Amino acid sequence: MNIIKLFSIALTALRLNVMRSVLTMLGIIIGVSAVIIMVAVGAGAQKLVDEQIEAMGGNILIIFGGWNNRGGGGTAAVATLQDKHADMIMEQIYGVEAATPYVSGKAQLISGNLNWSADILGTTNNFFITKNWDLESGREFTAAEMTSGEKVVIIGSILRDELFGASDPIGQTVRINDFNATIIGVLKEKGPDMRGNEQDDVAVLPLKTVRNKITGISRNSPNSVSYLELKAADTVSMEYITEEVTSLLRQALNAKATDEDPFRIRDLAETMESRAETQSIFNRLLAAVASVSLVVGGIGIMNIMMVSVTERTREIGLRMAIGAKPDDILNQFLVEAITLCGVGGIIGVGIAYGITHVMELYFNTVTEINPEIVLVSIGFSALIGVFFGYYPALKASRLQPIDALRYE
Amino acid sequence: MTNPVIQTKAIRKAYHMGEQTLWALDGVDTAIYPGEFVAVMGPSGSGKSTYMNMIGCLDVVTEGQVFLDGCEVSSYKPDELATIRNQKIGFVFQQFNLLARTSALENVKLPLLYSDTPEEEWDERALNCLAKVDLSSRTANQPSQLSGGQQQRVAIARALVNDPVMILADEPTGALDTHTTEEIMGLFQQLNEAGTTIVLVTHEPEVAAYAKRQLIFRDGLLVSDELTENRVTLNIDDSSLKNSAA
Repeated sequence: MNIIKLFSIALTALRLNVMRSVLTMLGIIIGVSAVIIMVAVGAGAQKLVDEQIEAMGGNILIIFGGWNNRGGGGTAAVATLQDKHADMIMEQIYGVEAATPYVSGKAQLISGNLNWSADILGTTNNFFITKNWDLESGREFTAAEMTSGEKVVIIGSILRDELFGASDPIGQTVRINDFNATIIGVLKEKGPDMRGNEQDDVAVLPLKTVRNKITGISRNSPNSVSYLELKAADTVSMEYITEEVTSLLRQALNAKATDEDPFRIRDLAETMESRAETQSIFNRLLAAVASVSLVVGGIGIMNIMMVSVTERTREIGLRMAIGAKPDDILNQFLVEAITLCGVGGIIGVGIAYGITHVMELYFNTVTEINPEIVLVSIGFSALIGVFFGYYPALKASRLQPIDALRYE
Repeated sequence: MTNPVIQTKAIRKAYHMGEQTLWALDGVDTAIYPGEFVAVMGPSGSGKSTYMNMIGCLDVVTEGQVFLDGCEVSSYKPDELATIRNQKIGFVFQQFNLLARTSALENVKLPLLYSDTPEEEWDERALNCLAKVDLSSRTANQPSQLSGGQQQRVAIARALVNDPVMILADEPTGALDTHTTEEIMGLFQQLNEAGTTIVLVTHEPEVAAYAKRQLIFRDGLLVSDELTENRVTLNIDDSSLKNSAA
């Protein structure tokens, strides 16, 4: 007997009891859709993090300066990180693509009668690499502008919109606090970062210009920076880079063996990943709970198949009398159970698609259903059909035709 | 002489009730030839049902041999017996045993499902058999929409569909009234006239009277094997048969 015939017999039998078939499938439908939805929500969260990490441009470490109380007693605290450390890291550590020093502040920008407060970043051209950022128009800083602390500025897209609207800002002058700067470039729009802060509300100037004109120069450490940012090549591990940077900076900052690190290193991707990990553990737990309902659905299938075998004993007897082999009967009931589960699984997938769609539209949840999980779910529910359908089917096939025929 | 359709040689069948062994059949030799119409009779517990199970390949003998159409089926395994039942025997039961909520046509096609017959031929063969039992106009009806006699005729059509060497009818009129009994027995006679070998199991002498030959069982033994005296024959063109079929 071929498989198509078997399925057509199963479908015929199930159609004769539509209501019962649907109710039996319900357990599987709910189980499958619950599992897929949970996994989809988890995958959506992971996708969001992956996108943010992608946007960040990969393996980024941020190094914040600490305060160094070295020298004991009266000496003033000294800001530890300086722009030369960025160069040291780039030169001395293998696998560092770029290291960028930043001096950050806030300033008022004025153009004509328009007025806007923005973040100020004093940095080098390396920031294009470490922040994975490109120019929309204009140019980078020149070497001369960097050394002399020229009053040139590259602005973010929000600043451009707020101060210049539709007109081209390149070459125009903007007033920053109390000096005029020439706009040489506009950055591409980047959107908010993972905490929701606008990154495009920024004015980027040469490091020296910001020190001279905005943040001022500390007498004790004139070359101090707010933080360093470095980008590692994909080929090296972040652990290795972190270790190397730590030992290099400890040496450069004369930290004693007993001292704590006079700086902090943060791996952005790792921070995001660990947040995503918590989320995904939670989702996996929910999916596990959902899969319990799938098993419960399977037990429901077994229950109904047992009832069905008893109820149809005479039919089984007749089929055997007119030539059905025990295996034919086994297959018939097995295929019925598999069909119930398989169809239930497919309906469950449909419902999962519907619900995740609604979640995306109305609850702003990012979800992602990947084809593997759909196939796995349908396959798994068919497997449940085999598992829970086998015993009732075996029971049916073991009936003796004469007993089954006379069953009342 | 032609080979028998059914031949049993000293068949015995034991049932175990606790420590006691009960011989439901205790050495039975029979032979049924093509074209015969045999009634198997006897009271309950006589062994006639056991005999029917043996020659119908529904059960296996404890001792002895059963030959069906020349094959020694007493040595067959369950799967082989299923194939033999499918190919060589057409069953008719007391309770009709039709699939509920399934059309007459689909019911008649059921044995074909377990045969090698190409699917393209199924409808034609089933319709032919329904025509033989005069139910061509009721092919789409479900059992619940048919009278008892009509249901039994669907069952007979189902028994014929695989072109068996023998029809084995187990109390086929047990659930029918006198009038319908006549109708069904007339149909059997008609089929027998056309060449079908029929074995009829019954405990009613009136029903057995339609057969050509009667085997009587008692206590597991064949006690009588004689041609029917005063056989009742129904005119095939009897108007009462036609009327009740309508």
